[in-house]
Amino acid sequence: MEWRPLLTVAGKEFRDRIRNRWVLAVALIFTVFALVITYFGGAQQGSIGFRSIEFVIASLVSLVIYLIPLIALLLGFDAIVGERERGSLNLLLSMPITRLELLLGKYLGLASALVLSIIIGFGLVALMLLPQLTPVALYHYLGFMLSSVLLGLAFLSIAVLSSVIARDRTRASGIAIALWFLFVLVFDLLLLGALVATGGQYGGDIFPYLLLFNPTDIFRILNIFSLDDVRTLYGLATVFPEALAEPWLLGGVMLLWIMLPLVLAYWSFRR
Amino acid sequence: MATTIPAPADTVIRVSHVSKDYGAVHALSDISLECRRGEIFGLIGHNGAGKSTLFRLMLGLDPVSSGSIQIDQVDVTGKNFRDVRRKVGYLPENVVLYDNLTGLETLQFFARLKGAPLNQCAELLEQVGLGHAAQRRVSGYSKGMRQRLGFAQALLGQPQLLFLDEPTNGLDPEAIRDFYRILHTLKQQGVTIILTSHILAEIQTRVDRLALLANGRLQALGTVAQLRHNLNLPVRVIIDAHPQHHSTILQTLQAVPTQQITAQDHSINVTLDRNEKLRVLQRLATLTDQIQDLHIHEASLEDVFFGLNEEVH
Repeated sequence: MEWRPLLTVAGKEFRDRIRNRWVLAVALIFTVFALVITYFGGAQQGSIGFRSIEFVIASLVSLVIYLIPLIALLLGFDAIVGERERGSLNLLLSMPITRLELLLGKYLGLASALVLSIIIGFGLVALMLLPQLTPVALYHYLGFMLSSVLLGLAFLSIAVLSSVIARDRTRASGIAIALWFLFVLVFDLLLLGALVATGGQYGGDIFPYLLLFNPTDIFRILNIFSLDDVRTLYGLATVFPEALAEPWLLGGVMLLWIMLPLVLAYWSFRR
Repeated sequence: MATTIPAPADTVIRVSHVSKDYGAVHALSDISLECRRGEIFGLIGHNGAGKSTLFRLMLGLDPVSSGSIQIDQVDVTGKNFRDVRRKVGYLPENVVLYDNLTGLETLQFFARLKGAPLNQCAELLEQVGLGHAAQRRVSGYSKGMRQRLGFAQALLGQPQLLFLDEPTNGLDPEAIRDFYRILHTLKQQGVTIILTSHILAEIQTRVDRLALLANGRLQALGTVAQLRHNLNLPVRVIIDAHPQHHSTILQTLQAVPTQQITAQDHSINVTLDRNEKLRVLQRLATLTDQIQDLHIHEASLEDVFFGLNEEVH
């Protein structure tokens, strides 16, 4: 593998997203949503303003679970199929570049744009909250940002996979939307439904492991398990065994979620 | 005339017994051809004849189903494909470039990918007549300008071998002339050029050799003259003569074998075998008083092309 062609492709993707203000727009969305949640998240309980970092993170987790997968899928769904459909893929592949370098270059460029917008968006919020944050709170917040990045990268990876598999852009966008519904809305409902239907008698033991098959669940567990106050807010987390809740383990599974779709994408792209 | 022994052909690209199947579809069947250094090689065929597939295989974008393709004796899909690709320039059919980049940025992007010097980009834009639009975004380019930009892209890194798929698509006549002028300069520098075109009249006077593809098979290969000769296409002679002389002329022609003679008003139309051409002309030359003028129509490549396609269908 050679780095120069890979970085050339990555550089172009990244610069495109800077230039068309994609990074700016997404960062702004994160900042605005996060600030609204931080200051008005408690309005239903009759209070506004910053309460505690636990509360902020718990609210942001719900936001991020909806938003980041959607943004990452939209960012990556046409990475390859877009080039294929417009006819520039042949030209790219006629250059001294391998399919692996092209694929990783695309991923790296898009990932840089996504990571930058997450860091700017949530970083701005951290800066604004800084006077109220203790070192421990800051540590938790940075953990939240890191896990958001991992979640974004995992869904970007899934998006790139669908951009390789899909025959055209329309289908790729369809796949992306379907995957969003599956992971963000349907998956947990199915699990809960199955659990309730069986009266919790069957599958109760494997239930926590099934959660590992959904990056959004891993993200949720990663964030709420580190916060004692938050754990009590979520009934779901209480069924989760301590052994599995090890952040390194969950982070490792998340890395698998980043790598496996890319491996599959390469395997499919090569044929 | 002294016989000259042809210099050993310096083969740049060698396609031997290449077939390509997509599932049950035979896109190409047993294609063999060679291109020599410094020649302009034309690839002709209808849509779906297999031209673009052959290009993709020659560029190593797709693996062959059987056979082999080598550029400078190196397999196009082998380990050294990077070295091969650096020697090659490619202009895809209906090239689509990135709308959000300027002309110069487009070339710089591909130059980086190819490992070509960046300072070549501005020069190439001048060469294809886009110097004035270098800083403009491609979204504002006309079809002809995009085609020129695609051509400039193909010239990055001084390739020794150019693959141009329908290169004059969307160009106006003046631009087409400029385009072929650049091609001939490159040819003189030893660059080998393989191009496809639908406009047969345009290509037949400008290529050294031709390959005709139909239904994934190589129908003919050679110079335009060779193709004509091999196919033994008939020659048409049109004789301008006053109707009162028609009978004399027709009588004279009766002595030589012709395929078809039609007379009308002030002209006689004779279709004859290529081998009889001189004999017929010799006879006609004796009728200087009766014949006002004489036109000889050689079969054009167009006729060759359609003749071959009729054979296929």
